Amino acid sequence: MIEVINLSKNFGRLEVLRQINMRVAEGEVVCIIGPSGSGKSTLLRCLNFLEVPTSGEVIIDGCSLTDQNININAVRQKVGMVFQLFNLFPHKTALENVTMGPIKVKKLPRSQAEELGRTLLAKVGLTDKADVYPHQLSGGQQQRVAIARALAMQPKVMLFDEPTSALDPEMVGEVLAVMKDLAREGMTMVVVTHEMGFAREVGDRVIFIDEGRIIEENQPQEIFTRPREERTRAFLSKIL
Amino acid sequence: MDFETVIRTFPILLIGAAVTLGITVVAVTNGCIIGLFAGLARLSRNRLLSFLATCYVDFFRGTPLLVQIFIVYFGIPYLLDLFQKYLTARYGIPPFFESTAIAKLWAAVIACSLNSGAYVAEIFRAGVQSIERGQMEAARSLGMTHVQAMRYVILPQAFRRIIPPLGNEFIAMLKDTSLLSVIGFEELARRGTLIVGETFAVFEIYMTVALLYLIMTLSFSRLVDYAERRLKTRDRSY
Repeated sequence: MIEVINLSKNFGRLEVLRQINMRVAEGEVVCIIGPSGSGKSTLLRCLNFLEVPTSGEVIIDGCSLTDQNININAVRQKVGMVFQLFNLFPHKTALENVTMGPIKVKKLPRSQAEELGRTLLAKVGLTDKADVYPHQLSGGQQQRVAIARALAMQPKVMLFDEPTSALDPEMVGEVLAVMKDLAREGMTMVVVTHEMGFAREVGDRVIFIDEGRIIEENQPQEIFTRPREERTRAFLSKIL
Repeated sequence: MDFETVIRTFPILLIGAAVTLGITVVAVTNGCIIGLFAGLARLSRNRLLSFLATCYVDFFRGTPLLVQIFIVYFGIPYLLDLFQKYLTARYGIPPFFESTAIAKLWAAVIACSLNSGAYVAEIFRAGVQSIERGQMEAARSLGMTHVQAMRYVILPQAFRRIIPPLGNEFIAMLKDTSLLSVIGFEELARRGTLIVGETFAVFEIYMTVALLYLIMTLSFSRLVDYAERRLKTRDRSY
């Protein structure tokens, strides 16, 4: 589903990502962990070209994003993204946030888009919040709307960029629950997270990144109980 | 105090106030259209486009409106005339216009619109730049093109934020149109001057003129306050 080949990203002189190679299979849930500033968010943002890699290749569902002829907007429709700070459209209601993509990008008729939107809001447990503006919702509710918004494009892959980092602790659970449901339904997911519990429970694979390199990747039980690399061990001992 | 003169000439001044209001509405409306495109051009990644827009904004913000009015009213016809004469002399092309002189109304509209457009361009640019980067990213991540993201996500939010500065621009332009007096365009200030020339009621007439300006600017700023408050109650995130 996703293939990353020799991906590097520099910001000026700063090398944020160095020669990253990774694959994500269909239906797989991959969690990316690592200290802050390690490049994990940048890697995620390279997967839908919000960040353009300095070199290397990203292939999504058979389409190489570095190909000059590729329509990046068409590929992005297949890749949903959820942001740390939700980034909901504040001038639109919850339902309008969810239906905007289908209506404007996929040219779905409004009635059909609203039906889809209501179904998705129900799925994230916000049936009664359809006509409410984002500022009237709690952080957890906003993030669930953001997930519904991404799902409305019926993507093949979902990218999550620290989706619970900006939430009050009591709201983390409701967002993780929605993500768990998605994983159970077989959605391909790449999740940058500090929620080790989530990574352990839901992740098929955990990738540990430090200083722009993949240091170690393995199944969650392995990486959490028997990390092979010293740096992984040091990182995990600090947060577990 | 010559109140009798004031009462007698008041209808003339009232028409002048209407002309002032009219030219301001037209100028700022045109300014909004010009300013939207010039503002977006300044933000464009196309270097040439952004350079041209910057030249336009710098010129009209960096020179006095008075001089701009002179250039449009006297300078442009002179240039056109010169050009026509050159075409006739060099290629035998007959003149397009019998007279290149430009109507006062047109000169007023062109000069004030171009001037307003430059200020509005900066207002739009600041408005667009004030929207968090995440909004553009969220829109693009849904597969929207840059233009779609601007149109459906960024600009609607920017419009709400620029209502107060646009109101200020309107009020500033309303007062600045008095400069159109210099080409004999009969707006409020010019009419006041003409009446003073006949009646010598210097203080009474100019105070009346001032009062009429004040009524217009104050009511308009109330209107902007109201619009701003309404938008705020509808959406507290701004």
